[in-house]
Parts: sequence; C-alpha cells; structure tokens
Amino acid sequence: MNIKKYLKVYSYFNYSSFSIELEYKINLLIDFLTSLLGLVGSIFLLSIFFSNTYKIGGWNFNQALIIQGIYTILNGVTNTWFNPNLKEIVKYIREGTLDYVLLKPIDSQFWISFKRISPTGIIEILLGFFVLSYCFYINNISLTIFSFSFLVITLICSISILYSLWFLISATTIWFVKTWNATEVLRSFLYMGRFPMDSFSFSLRIFFSTIIPITFITTIPSEVILGFSPAWKIILEVMVATIFLIFSRRFWKYALRFYTSASS
Amino acid sequence: MKNKSIYKFSTLFKTQYANMLEYRAEIALWAISGVIPFFMLNIWTNNGLNESINISNVMLSRYFLSAFFVRQFSVVWVVFTFEEDALLGRVSPYLIQPLHPFFRYFAQHIAEQITRFPFALLIAIFFFISNTQSLWIPSFFTLLISLVSTFFSFLIQFLMQSIIASFCFWTEKASSLEKLLFIPTLFLSGLLAPVSSFPNVVKSWIYLTPFPYLIDLPASILSGNQANIFNGILIQLLWIILFFSIFRQVWKSGTKKFTAMGL
Repeated sequence: MNIKKYLKVYSYFNYSSFSIELEYKINLLIDFLTSLLGLVGSIFLLSIFFSNTYKIGGWNFNQALIIQGIYTILNGVTNTWFNPNLKEIVKYIREGTLDYVLLKPIDSQFWISFKRISPTGIIEILLGFFVLSYCFYINNISLTIFSFSFLVITLICSISILYSLWFLISATTIWFVKTWNATEVLRSFLYMGRFPMDSFSFSLRIFFSTIIPITFITTIPSEVILGFSPAWKIILEVMVATIFLIFSRRFWKYALRFYTSASS
Repeated sequence: MKNKSIYKFSTLFKTQYANMLEYRAEIALWAISGVIPFFMLNIWTNNGLNESINISNVMLSRYFLSAFFVRQFSVVWVVFTFEEDALLGRVSPYLIQPLHPFFRYFAQHIAEQITRFPFALLIAIFFFISNTQSLWIPSFFTLLISLVSTFFSFLIQFLMQSIIASFCFWTEKASSLEKLLFIPTLFLSGLLAPVSSFPNVVKSWIYLTPFPYLIDLPASILSGNQANIFNGILIQLLWIILFFSIFRQVWKSGTKKFTAMGL
C-alpha cells in the first residue's frame, strides 16, 4: 500500500472530473440554486411543524435546525463524492468495463469510489456550515476543544456509515445488474435524517437505528453539539461505523467473486 | 386515419407493457421508495401536530395514504429518458417515425403505472393492517373523480417535464433543470404536509401555481378531506392546455434547431 501513489492518482482524478463537470457551467449554476431552494424548502417544512407545537420529540425549533445543518453538510458530501461514483459502478458492471478497472495496478474499491468528484455538493456543504454556525449563535453554544473533537469524530463516523450504505447497495449490482431504483429507496429513507429521530414512533425509531442507521448519521452528531449525548452513544457510533466500513470492504471482495463480465 | 393512429399507439403501448413487466423488481423497489408520506404521517400524528389544523388522525392518515397513491401514479421521468436518447443519438430515428416521439414516452409511463399498481396496492394493504381504523371505501363517484384528477396531475407533470426535455435540443443536459423544478413540487404539492396546514402567507399565492393541484387536490378528493372539486379540476385542465401549447411551441422551434448525433 503506497499512500503517496494513491494521493497522486487521487489528484489526477480530481483534475479530470473537474474538467468534465465545468463543461456544463450553466448546469452547475442550476444545481447550486437547487441546493439553496432545497434547504429553504426543508426549513419551510420544519416551520410548518413548529407552528403547531413548541417541541417535536423533545427538540425545539432552534435545536432541530442543527439537524438540518448536519443533514445539509452530509447531503453535500454525498452529492460531491459518493453519488457520482456509485452511479458509475452500475455502468461499469452493465457494460463490462469493470474488467479494465480490475486489471489496473490499483485497488478496485479505491478506483470506483473516488474516480469522480462533482462540485455540485460543495455549495451544500458551505450552506450546511452556514446554518450550523447560525445555530451555534441562536442556541448560545460555545464549542470547547473537547466537544469539537467529539463532533469531528462523530461526523467522520457518519460519513463512513453513509459511504458504506451507498457502496453496499451499489455493489449488489454485480448480482442484479440494474439497481438504480434500490438507490432511490435508500435515498428516500435517508431523507428522514432531516428530522430528529425522537419524533418518530417507537417501531420506526428501531427501524432507523438498526436496519438503516439514520439515527447515527444525523441525530447523534447534533446531540453532540447540544452536549446531551452520553459517552456510550459516541462509542457506539464509532463501533457501528467501523463495522460498516469493514463489512463494505469484505462484501466487495466477496461480490467480485461473482463478477462474470458482460458481452465478449 | 384516426383508427390508424389508435392502432399505432396501442401497439406501442403493448410493447412498452411487455418491456416494463421485465423490470418488475425495479418497479417494486420504486414503489417502495415512495413511502415518504407514511413517514411524514408518523411525525404528524406522533407529535399531535394535526390538532391545531383540525384534521383528525384518521382523516390525516387517509390523506397521506391517498397522497402516496397519487404520487405513485403521477411519477414522471420523461426528461431523463429523453436526455439519454438525445445524447446517444436515438432521437433521430424516433423523429422520422409516423407518430410523435413523445407518444412513445407517454406509452412507457402508462405501462409502468399499470405494472406498478399491484405493488402500490400491496403497500396500502400493509398500511391498513398496521392502521386498521383508517380503513375506508370511497364511493364510486369519488373514486372516479379522483382517478380523473390524478390522471390530470400526471398530465400536467408530463407536459412540464416534456417542455424541459425539449430544452435538450439546446443544452443537451436538461435534467438539472428538472431537479430544480422538483424542489417546489416536493414541498408545495402537499406530499409532505397537506396544503391546508401551510401558513396563510403561502396559501395566498400557492393556488396561482400548478403545485397544489398535483398531489393535494387529488389526495383530498380521494380521502374525503375538504376540496373544491369542480374548481380544482377546471384549473387542472387550464394548466394542461397552457403547458400543452407551450410544449408545442418549444418542440417546434427545438426540432428546427436539432442536429443529429451519434451514428
């Protein structure tokens, strides 16, 4: 494993995909506008909820806005790094071009997970941080180095879980060939990460913390910011993230054994 | 002449239906991805948010179930298919066929809806099992009117997307415009919250846009919630006429601009 080589290859990846994306400049502008409107829309929905009540699942509006910020950042990460790549996996497998990837003297999971990068999500990440810093202001939160490092740890864990979920679904393409709609199912479930998990009924909360661990993705980092997350939750999140990462790696190795190429 | 085009369309439809049946699993998954209204219902009733808008739990669950159904049968993806066809150069042969190319996409959508129907019904049955008190049987008249209204909602969205799809003649990539249009469709159509719960500021202008007629109107009719049926359907018709004439204009100037690709 040569880290220098991988970093160099990664910078080439970024260079080539930026040149591809910048070919459609107007599209990029429209995407930025879409991200902004999407955030305005979800805050609008949140304000409808809170116009009828003071608290949802124990969270008030100012606190729920933190989840909104975290969700926006993570959605930006998904749109920048995960989405463009994992959409390609389906193509590699259907057209049989995964052969060329496997033949390259580089790790195949690295190649298919980081080949493309799309600048569309970057504005979302910025918007998310903007919302988050506004939340710090309205909730009177002052971050200590201690809580800040916990926030960074939980965010890294959330991103790892998110990556593993996307990667696992996309890797099933090896058996089912067309899984575009499976990613739509995942997307619609992840959508619920915009709301505090305590606002759902008990059975849905169980579903969202075990089968599709949305609780770990957005709610726990927000609880860390507010300072009411007990230590065991953070430890649990680190464990879940590690398990997911290891599992996605194993799963990919296992799935490759069933890859039979296409045509020729 | 007229019989001939009906014959052409029905043949097109049959082939598309056979095509769709091949992708049953895909369509089942797609039906599952439409469950967001049920999650929203869970938030509404679990926190007692509906008390102040005067809709009982039962009526609200019927509303969201209807919203789920309306959404299932008004999903449109013509812009994505057309964009792919345009980029790969498949549009040229379609243009010389003796039927407007959009009939092909139209047939595709109708065929997909029929394939989707049993899956949507299955999800509804699960919903009723877990939520028995909200079970209701709408009268034949209600069913008919809401069916018409859902179909009109589908037509409005189909035409809107067809207009955007026609922009492919100029920009080649039109799907990002569609994603932009999807945001107001998502938040203002009543899929996530009934329009009656919106703040008055929004309610004052929202009925001037096509969005509340996409989900809220047909879902309210079907679930028996308050709705202005006659006016609503009339306005749906007006939007259809408006978008149809815009689509014809854009298509006409687009095909003049068209340069063949691929091959």
